[in-house]
Amino acid sequence: MATWTWFHRLASPPYVYRTAATLTPWFAVVAALAIGYGFFGGLVLAPPDYQQKDAFRIIYVHAPSAWLSLLAYTTLAVAAAVGLVWRMKVAHAVAAAAAPIGASFTFLALLTGSLWGKPMWGTWWTWDARLTSELILLFLYLGYMALRSAFDDRQRADRASAVLAVVGVVNVPIIHFSVTWWNSLHQGSTVMKLAKPSMPGSMLWPLLASFLGFTLLFAALLCVRLRAEILERERQASWLKSIVEKR
Amino acid sequence: MDRTFTEFLAMGGYAPYVWASYGAWCLVMLLNILGARQALDSAMEQARRRLVMRDGDERGAP
Repeated sequence: MATWTWFHRLASPPYVYRTAATLTPWFAVVAALAIGYGFFGGLVLAPPDYQQKDAFRIIYVHAPSAWLSLLAYTTLAVAAAVGLVWRMKVAHAVAAAAAPIGASFTFLALLTGSLWGKPMWGTWWTWDARLTSELILLFLYLGYMALRSAFDDRQRADRASAVLAVVGVVNVPIIHFSVTWWNSLHQGSTVMKLAKPSMPGSMLWPLLASFLGFTLLFAALLCVRLRAEILERERQASWLKSIVEKR
Repeated sequence: MDRTFTEFLAMGGYAPYVWASYGAWCLVMLLNILGARQALDSAMEQARRRLVMRDGDERGAP
């Protein structure tokens, strides 16, 4: 029984609201430090790649952005599924909060990929499995947000958009494995694989720091947006009053 | 590491691609931070208005 108490607490809007507010500055500070080191290490400390020279430095924004595009979508879909199954308001709030952040990272992954593809492959864009499936991910995010805004009633918006989010999650493994399943122009995994990463430490550590920093930045942004989503859903005056009057 | 600042900015001839990538990242993250804060501020304002309206109803005001 005791194992379920955390689950009930997670379902309580005031508890989640206060926890998110407490965690935000911690996430933000560690994110800033990790990204600062990651970008400095990637742009200054790491040597140029033997094949791609200085163009490889785009990896420090591109790969973590792409990782976040998938992590944010997985967060969104899991939260949406929890919201559907247990009819949990807070879970739907998490899903709704993750969407615009995930969409922005997906946009960045596509844009920086294009900026990297031009000098390396000689083209801004190609209809290759990795690129196309990532573009579909951007459309999934945009479709999710458009569907939400089409409903006046928030509960119906939550439920309808959650179904779309859960169905769309099949795209996540497709994106990840696209470079192995299909013959792709995109290079294979550098870090996210079972074998040893194919990079020396001076290049790898800043990259890992960027991955960590982007993830924490996402967590910080999610906490702020989640608080907004909780406030919009809350009708219970007593605790809402205590939050609003504190300002 | 042992390169001059001009060499660093030149990025071995890849400057437009490298700096555009990092610039785009900075811009999108700035918008993300401002957007999240704006969402919270407006949700707070709406909640405050809802509470004021409810209090008004209880007192029998229009």
